[in-house]
Amino acid sequence: MSRLNVNICGVEFKNPVIAASGTYGFGREYNELYPISKLGGISSKGMTIHEKAGNPPPRIAETPSGILNSVGLQNPGVEHFIREDLPWLRQQNTVIIANIAGATEEDYAAIAEKINDSDVDMVELNISCPNVKAGGAAFGTSCAGAERITSVVRRHCPDKPLIVKLSPNVTSISEIAKAVEAAGADAVSLINTLLGMRIDIRTRRPILHNNKGGMSGAAIFPIAVRMVNEVYNAVKVPVIGLGGICTWKDAIEMTLAGASAIQVGTVMFTDPYAPLKIIEGMDSYLAENHIANISELVGQVELW
Amino acid sequence: MKYTQELCPVIKKEQLNRTTFSFTVASETAVQNMKPGQFANILVEGKTLRRPISICGFSREEGTIRFVFEIRGEGTQILSEMSEGQRMDILAPLGNGFDIDPAEKAVFVGGGIGVPPLLGASAPYGENATVLLGFRSKEAVILADEFRGNGADVRIATDDGSLGHHGFVTQLLAARLDEAPCDVIYACGPKPMLRLTAAEAEKRGIRCMVSLEERMGCGIGACLVCACKTRTSDGGEKYLHVCKNGPVFDSREVIWE
Repeated sequence: MSRLNVNICGVEFKNPVIAASGTYGFGREYNELYPISKLGGISSKGMTIHEKAGNPPPRIAETPSGILNSVGLQNPGVEHFIREDLPWLRQQNTVIIANIAGATEEDYAAIAEKINDSDVDMVELNISCPNVKAGGAAFGTSCAGAERITSVVRRHCPDKPLIVKLSPNVTSISEIAKAVEAAGADAVSLINTLLGMRIDIRTRRPILHNNKGGMSGAAIFPIAVRMVNEVYNAVKVPVIGLGGICTWKDAIEMTLAGASAIQVGTVMFTDPYAPLKIIEGMDSYLAENHIANISELVGQVELW
Repeated sequence: MKYTQELCPVIKKEQLNRTTFSFTVASETAVQNMKPGQFANILVEGKTLRRPISICGFSREEGTIRFVFEIRGEGTQILSEMSEGQRMDILAPLGNGFDIDPAEKAVFVGGGIGVPPLLGASAPYGENATVLLGFRSKEAVILADEFRGNGADVRIATDDGSLGHHGFVTQLLAARLDEAPCDVIYACGPKPMLRLTAAEAEKRGIRCMVSLEERMGCGIGACLVCACKTRTSDGGEKYLHVCKNGPVFDSREVIWE
């Protein structure tokens, strides 16, 4: 499938389909269903310097064509990942992207150093998690905050290509994208989840114990396409597109909007095989249309 | 392979009462590794999330799995409208299930729609099983005759007194344990019932396994949404996950909130 080979920041992907952070764990559970080597890459569950307990349940609510979640970055800590999961993941022949988060600048610096010395291929800096009280989106929703954390991580993690994952809960996502590009990001990924809320009319309580949560799934796809296109036109670094991609047609659409690679998340809760179907569908589309490589389509939407 | 996605033709559909349905589906792969107390995550046409439905029973020889569920919302409503011949898209078997030892004397405590997984779990125990079932009313009673058919001593409680004991199933539990000891208690039902069952078991020093429910995402342990607070061996607390670490937990492990 050489039609699907892509190179992002010097890293070779066999195809541009990446499992999105938070939906795929560290890959083990899906590997029971199919070899995860079929995917271009895996973005790990968001990790912090120390183990994090996460939010009280309920942590999920269904919405029309989507879900809200408020997991709150539950994870075993980066050292546990490096010791217990990374050696296994390394053998699976797929690009490994470490998604990292923190509550303070010091946290980000510490985890960036650990990851710099590890065997991962790339780093995805999470400055957009809506489900933690400190850090996360607090940094990602202002240009100054996004720039500051990006430069901290850049300095402490000089040897890995750095992707910065952007929050859509901002006035201008392209301004944030420009700020992180200036601070040394090698790529950006977007969009993280949109803040939302559901209320149980019987109990008059929010369904999520955290009250609010991040919305994902098919319902947010048009928003993601719009934002990817805006950011593609605003920065020179590669854009990784995600948000509601369910089918190969969505993946091609996201590519036309400006995505050099795509991430697939929530749809796997409906169909765990969705990424494989997307890869096959993209390849057939390229073959049928005599397109030599997917990169020829990146950003090729012709705006009116 | 521990679990698999399979398209299972519905071979028998029955309505057990106004809101409860029984579906028997044909399975070649998913049924192979199945244990009582496990569940399937079932695709609902038009919905993002699959619905976790407990396994009521299965037969490897016949290649069948049975699900009994109640209409609780849009998802289960849509599932209940499936007809014989249609194919159910299941991801199964998921979760840990019950560790059964039919040589033991076991008491099964079920409340409402928590009753179905106990049918498959209690069957191998035959006369070694006492099955205590709690329902809202006589109309809500399901599966009682099938438990009896397996040889179990079945006792029923209803909230309104329209059948059996007028009151809670946990009162039947206390009475049963006063009569004679048992080796283990298995429980599935609403949280308050589980909590009282666990307390009764702890008071008497009986091992108690509870099957929990939580709003679920992937069903296989990747997304971490179906959290359940538990005690760790060093005295700390930790969120485990109902889909992968459960749904069956040792009641002493669970922190009831």
